[in-house]
Amino acid sequence: MKIAVCVSHVPDTATKVKIGSDGKSIDPAGVSYIINPYDEFAVEEALKTKELTGCEVVIISLGSDSSKESIRKALAMGADQGILLKKDGFYDSFSTACALAKEIKEQKCDLVFFGKQSVDYDNSITGQLTSEILGFNCVSVVVSFKIENNKITAEREIEGGREVVETELPAVITAQKGLNEPRYASLKGIMAAKKKVIEEKPAKEVNNLTEVIKLVLPASKQPGKIIGTDSSAVPELVRLLREEAKVI
Amino acid sequence: MANKILAVLEQREGKLKRSAFELISTVKKISIDLNLDPTAICIGNNIDNLNEAGSYGIMDVVHFKNTELENYSSSAYTDIVSSFVKENEVEYLLFSNTSLGKDLAPRIAARLNAGCLTDCINLQINNGEIIASRPVYASKAILETKINSPIRIFTIRPNVFKAEVTDGNIQTEIKVKEISNPNLKTKVVAIKKSADKLDVAEADIIVSGGRGLKSSENFKLIEELAEVLGGAVGASRAVVDAGWRNHGEQVGQTGKTVSPKLYIACGISGAIQHLAGMSSSRYIVAINKDKDAPIFNIADYGIAGDVFEIIPALIQEIKKIS
Ligand SMILES: Cc1cc2nc3c(=O)[nH]c(=O)nc-3n(C[C@H](O)[C@H](O)[C@H](O)COP(=O)(O)OP(=O)(O)OC[C@H]3O[C@@H](n4cnc5c(N)ncnc54)[C@H](O)[C@@H]3O)c2cc1C
Ligand SMILES: Nc1ncnc2c1ncn2[C@@H]1O[C@H](COP(=O)(O)O)[C@@H](O)[C@H]1O
Repeated sequence: MKIAVCVSHVPDTATKVKIGSDGKSIDPAGVSYIINPYDEFAVEEALKTKELTGCEVVIISLGSDSSKESIRKALAMGADQGILLKKDGFYDSFSTACALAKEIKEQKCDLVFFGKQSVDYDNSITGQLTSEILGFNCVSVVVSFKIENNKITAEREIEGGREVVETELPAVITAQKGLNEPRYASLKGIMAAKKKVIEEKPAKEVNNLTEVIKLVLPASKQPGKIIGTDSSAVPELVRLLREEAKVI
Repeated sequence: MANKILAVLEQREGKLKRSAFELISTVKKISIDLNLDPTAICIGNNIDNLNEAGSYGIMDVVHFKNTELENYSSSAYTDIVSSFVKENEVEYLLFSNTSLGKDLAPRIAARLNAGCLTDCINLQINNGEIIASRPVYASKAILETKINSPIRIFTIRPNVFKAEVTDGNIQTEIKVKEISNPNLKTKVVAIKKSADKLDVAEADIIVSGGRGLKSSENFKLIEELAEVLGGAVGASRAVVDAGWRNHGEQVGQTGKTVSPKLYIACGISGAIQHLAGMSSSRYIVAINKDKDAPIFNIADYGIAGDVFEIIPALIQEIKKIS
């Protein structure tokens, strides 16, 4: 068995968004990029599975040169191999999934971890798309994962609770916060990761099914009223909620 | 016959979810604008309230039935919906952006080579096409986007689109199709419910507490306010990380995205990652003793005071009127 983890390289969540000159993407000036936070849970779960089974873990990212930083971060945590699928231009989720699926197949992986969501476009679909393209089973938004031989028992978060799901390899799992505590890279890990060669390949050609029209800033809301500073304001608040907002 | 626009309805425990009615109304509206034939399908075992679909505007409902399909199965549900699309002239599929919709829609999209846009908060018709608006970068920007494939899939954020009862008494025509041998390669074997409480993702009213509450015991105040309002309890990440509340209650970028009609933030500063999960709420109330807290920038109404004084007073005031 070989495990793949797909990681994306995304703007830090505290980034102030400015619209770029093309009107379709953000202005990258001054933005710092990190490994997608959910992908750290994915890497951790792959490493835990590696410790149990002794299998290899390969990190795959589709992106530009800078994505190597996120790949290296995963290598420093303990992954064995890193692959950068170099892209040229915009890849939507479907194109991304096609390119990832092709590489996963080539690497002969039968267990693949994703994050449940990339915090840039917040699509939350790349893992599911990739699983279907590969003909793999899929459990998304996973907060608990067990594997025994080929059998997987995973719990996924749903409204008001969790579903306990059973399935088999080959499978895609998308990781939700709560699945584990991602480890910190040790100094030794960081040094070792620096020496590892990240293999680069051109990504499978674009096959976009969706098109960006424009990226805009949300209409800024009128700053609301501060009604008061103590409990004497409470009756007025309740009146506004009943009569103006009509929500209670 | 016009091509179909399909609402894929979600049932839980044999009942259509409220978001399903929002979906029906949305699909009905688009069907008129784009001259499509609106149809709904639902997968499950017994479904009590399927006949209500008609009141929201869709008469033709297909119920795919099997005792094994009472709970979700990504493999079986993907097969059933995809075959329906292939056997009928379906051009558009819409889902609710729930845990089920988000899991299922992309599986079907990949099988049908269809573009898929999730978490849409607006669907606008322009020159016979749907232009979707979706919050991106943790709601710091809105992406306007469209699909170019022949089959198009959208998931819509719950509580944002209106469920509207149509005039007149529209009969629902339910066709039941028994499914034999569903593909249960992926199967839900149990559901663990979090204590019998209303989930934040589904609540109309949410009372959320942050670090300003000072301790987990003080969350009693939040619980009580939520109870008198008939709402759910939410929490900021700071208090989840502190172990005062469960992650299931966390609202924000790494928690749940909610859009209730009323969101009351108590002792929450309004960090960008928190706002990401709740800024599409219809009305926002903030109670924070710091009048410069960023939460006031997006609140409709605020009280710049002490939660320990304001919340008890608010509970009393609401008890008076209810
Ligand atoms: C990658 C990432 C993801 C994140 N995801 C989330 C997320 O999903 N959800 C989330 O909430 N956060 C998230 N955060 C954390 C976020 O940045 C904030 O740290 C967090 O929201 C702060 O929580 P808080 O408002 O409860 O606490 P604080 O920021 O400490 O605010 C407490 C507030 O209470 C007020 N206060 C204090 N005492 C009183 C009183 N007696 N009466 C009234 N007001 C009082 C203070 O004025 C202050 O404004 C994330 C951060 C990162 C980096
Ligand atoms: N460019 C990419 N390269 C590798 N993995 C990706 C890429 N984009 C998305 N993913 C994976 O898909 C998950 C979900 O992303 P998304 O569907 O974009 O929200 C992420 O958490 C990653 O695991």
